[in-house]
Amino acid sequence: MVTRRRVLGAATAGATLLALEGLIPAWAKSGSMGWPSSDARSGPNEFDLRIAKTPIMVDGKPGTAVTLNGGVPGPILRFKEGERVTLRVHNELDETSSVHWHGILLPFEMDGVPGVTFPGIPAGETFTYQYDVRQSGTYWYHSHSGLQEQLGQYGPIVIEPATPDPVSYDREHVIVLSDWMFKNPYKVLAKLKKQSDYLNYQQRTLGTFFEDVSKKGLAATWKDRLAWGRMRMSPTDIADITGHIYTYMMNGHGPQDNWTGLFAPGERVRLRIINAATMSYFNFRIPGLQMTVVQADGQNVEPVTVDEMQIAVAETYDVIVTPQEDRAYTIVAESMDRSGLARGTLAPRLGMSAPVPGLRKPALRTMFDMGMDMGNMDMGGAASSPAMPMSGVDHNKMSGMKMSDMDHGKMPGMKMSDMDHGKMSGMVMPGMTQNNMPAMDMGGMKMDGVGPVVARHGPDHHGPGAVSVAEVQRNRLGEPGTGLKDVGHRVLVYNDLKALEPYNQAPPEREVELHLTGNMERYMWSFDGKKFSEVNSPIAFNYGERLRLILVNDTMMDHPIHLHGMWMELENGNGEYLPRKHTISVKPAERVSLLINADAPGRWAFHCHLLYHMDMGMFRVVEVSPYQGET
Amino acid sequence: MSIRTFLLAGLGMIVLAGTANAQEYGPSGAPASWAHPINDSPVVRFFQVDRAEYRLSQNNKPSYIWDAQGWIGTDLNKFWVKTEGEGEVGSPLDRGEFQGLYSRMVSSFFNVQAGIRQDFGAGPSPTYAVVGLQGLAPYVFEVDSAIFLSDDGDLTARIEAEYDILFTQRLIGQPRVEANFAAQDVNKLGIGSGLSTLEAGFRLRYEFRREVAPYIGVAWEQALGGTADMKRLAGNKASTTSFVAGIRLWF
Repeated sequence: MVTRRRVLGAATAGATLLALEGLIPAWAKSGSMGWPSSDARSGPNEFDLRIAKTPIMVDGKPGTAVTLNGGVPGPILRFKEGERVTLRVHNELDETSSVHWHGILLPFEMDGVPGVTFPGIPAGETFTYQYDVRQSGTYWYHSHSGLQEQLGQYGPIVIEPATPDPVSYDREHVIVLSDWMFKNPYKVLAKLKKQSDYLNYQQRTLGTFFEDVSKKGLAATWKDRLAWGRMRMSPTDIADITGHIYTYMMNGHGPQDNWTGLFAPGERVRLRIINAATMSYFNFRIPGLQMTVVQADGQNVEPVTVDEMQIAVAETYDVIVTPQEDRAYTIVAESMDRSGLARGTLAPRLGMSAPVPGLRKPALRTMFDMGMDMGNMDMGGAASSPAMPMSGVDHNKMSGMKMSDMDHGKMPGMKMSDMDHGKMSGMVMPGMTQNNMPAMDMGGMKMDGVGPVVARHGPDHHGPGAVSVAEVQRNRLGEPGTGLKDVGHRVLVYNDLKALEPYNQAPPEREVELHLTGNMERYMWSFDGKKFSEVNSPIAFNYGERLRLILVNDTMMDHPIHLHGMWMELENGNGEYLPRKHTISVKPAERVSLLINADAPGRWAFHCHLLYHMDMGMFRVVEVSPYQGET
Repeated sequence: MSIRTFLLAGLGMIVLAGTANAQEYGPSGAPASWAHPINDSPVVRFFQVDRAEYRLSQNNKPSYIWDAQGWIGTDLNKFWVKTEGEGEVGSPLDRGEFQGLYSRMVSSFFNVQAGIRQDFGAGPSPTYAVVGLQGLAPYVFEVDSAIFLSDDGDLTARIEAEYDILFTQRLIGQPRVEANFAAQDVNKLGIGSGLSTLEAGFRLRYEFRREVAPYIGVAWEQALGGTADMKRLAGNKASTTSFVAGIRLWF
């Protein structure tokens, strides 16, 4: 029976939905059939984007956003590989703004970073970007001015390949994940400067102390608390800004707004997933569906099927799902600290929904994340074995490998042709030199699936800007990411990523090592202990050179490090099939190695993509010289 | 070289240095006239009323204390103010102090501070030079310590430490200890040399918001040595235990 009240209720809900959907671009609207098309194209190869302050609704609550063409997210930009695009960006704010094309290869003057590649777009003015589209895949764009990105200034880019797409699919949806706050982000940043755990309501308490005592015993619990206390750090420090103030969004919809994408059972559906959040890593899964990852950061990869994956801030992943049943599936994007989630639905028809799983128990950081030397703890004799036998390491199938007779001096250019690459996923020896190897200790590998120790920290502890250093540095590319070790299903790891086509195999000519450093207590973030404003010059790359960039994470947080203008080839043991990334998430106490062709002259931003970390100093300019242009 | 020549030369060097830097901003290599890509050293303002409380004890009239501090500045350099005081309800202020300090980050967790302290209230009101060390000690103790040299040449020192115990995410217990020392007797202030007073307290606060937390607690104060003798001579007890209720605020 339809009562009058229910009719009224439905009408009100409909009006609310209309009001909400009116502010969301067509491509991101709920009930999308997929195949989103560009709604900013104003000419054959021309686009117009207007940046303005606009009132929006998120989960029924009003807020004010910085929008592109009136919506959050902004319009989808669909390019075709090989075209030359012209993008006129009109700044209708009362402050300087900008648009940066994340992951796009272009002349540096078009990169859109105020103070690095151009002066920014002054209030009321228009800047015309123009560049040749030289790649294909899923990317995104966002403001690079202040904290505007936090307030909604981002959107997706999808580039159709010039050659046939190696991935076949029947339908496509773009999924932009983000974090929204109704507060003034500058005030939130000021709070973090005064009390860095201001938004962490998942801290350890007396209650968890007694829980741990009953599980692990008093001695172990006390020892653990003392270790964290001595460091003046908290193992619950997973995210600086949490679900306490964030509403996690999927295509501009809060969890209650429930963005819904449609499919027909049996179709191969391509999801182009973009993490456009400013501070939130997401654990992405669709209960009941396996996901086949076909692209990472816009670059095709050998398909790998998983149940869940952690998407770092600014990364993109394309997956294929094949829902067979005529029912709804919930898309879950849980924030890494598990203080909230973004939620949407894949359904055959609009209005359907499936159960939304509850938040899982928050993860804790470990002593491995602190980079503490665990070499002599509970490891038996493994640490001292001269041949470094790896038989205990079943997770990366390295059982047959002996490393005792390798010539370490020649390792950067080492040929691995006679080794079985498929079984070597955990075997990366980047950046190892004789100097930092003597103390090497593989004993830790057996514990908790934590990757092997590959180096130790040098004597420079980076000054007050760094509260800690990773005394032992591990290869953690085989680990699924914070909190996903014991979820009981297959989770994507970086070692799974294998380029579909081989890239440059030339050995690097030199190495550059940078340490990710921070002082959580003072909310200072930096490289090598120095904030951006404290260095005297950009990082110098020589145009045309191939180099190895080694990143060591001395902090106990995950940092998504983004290089503008050039690919970083992640040395994950996949030989000539190293995946190319624009953003690489570096785990606590991890040492990762990246190969870069310095083929793009100019000044390029290089930074942590956690917006507030970048803004507080974890930022550098890479200068590829010589180049033409201002100064 | 005359002073004038020296100044002109200095000015010239500044102008030259300015010209050399006018081309580009060092960290970015971009034109110096452009705004910087980020502002990683913002000036932040902080003010905290750590304790503002009403005290009841068996042998004394109801009394009050306040203890507040604030700063403005960057990570490296701050101007820091501190004030505390106490009195009996209904009587003129017994003792208050105000400190104005320059604070500089010297390590990951500690700041060195230097400046002046002015006392005020019913008794003598000396002025002091202050040198202090404030920060977060290992095992997460908030520590504030300082040495004071008065305009009479008297040397005293104080150290305070606080620790947070989370019962829940919002219900937080805070043990607090404070010790005062003197290098000599300061008769006009009733202070004997050595360890002069020891205070210990426990306050239980509830953070309705992080910034707003009412509390209740207990505070014990003990005068020692010559200080205790002088207290007794003045007809006071050397030891006081109070129940306290107050509010902790910051913004």
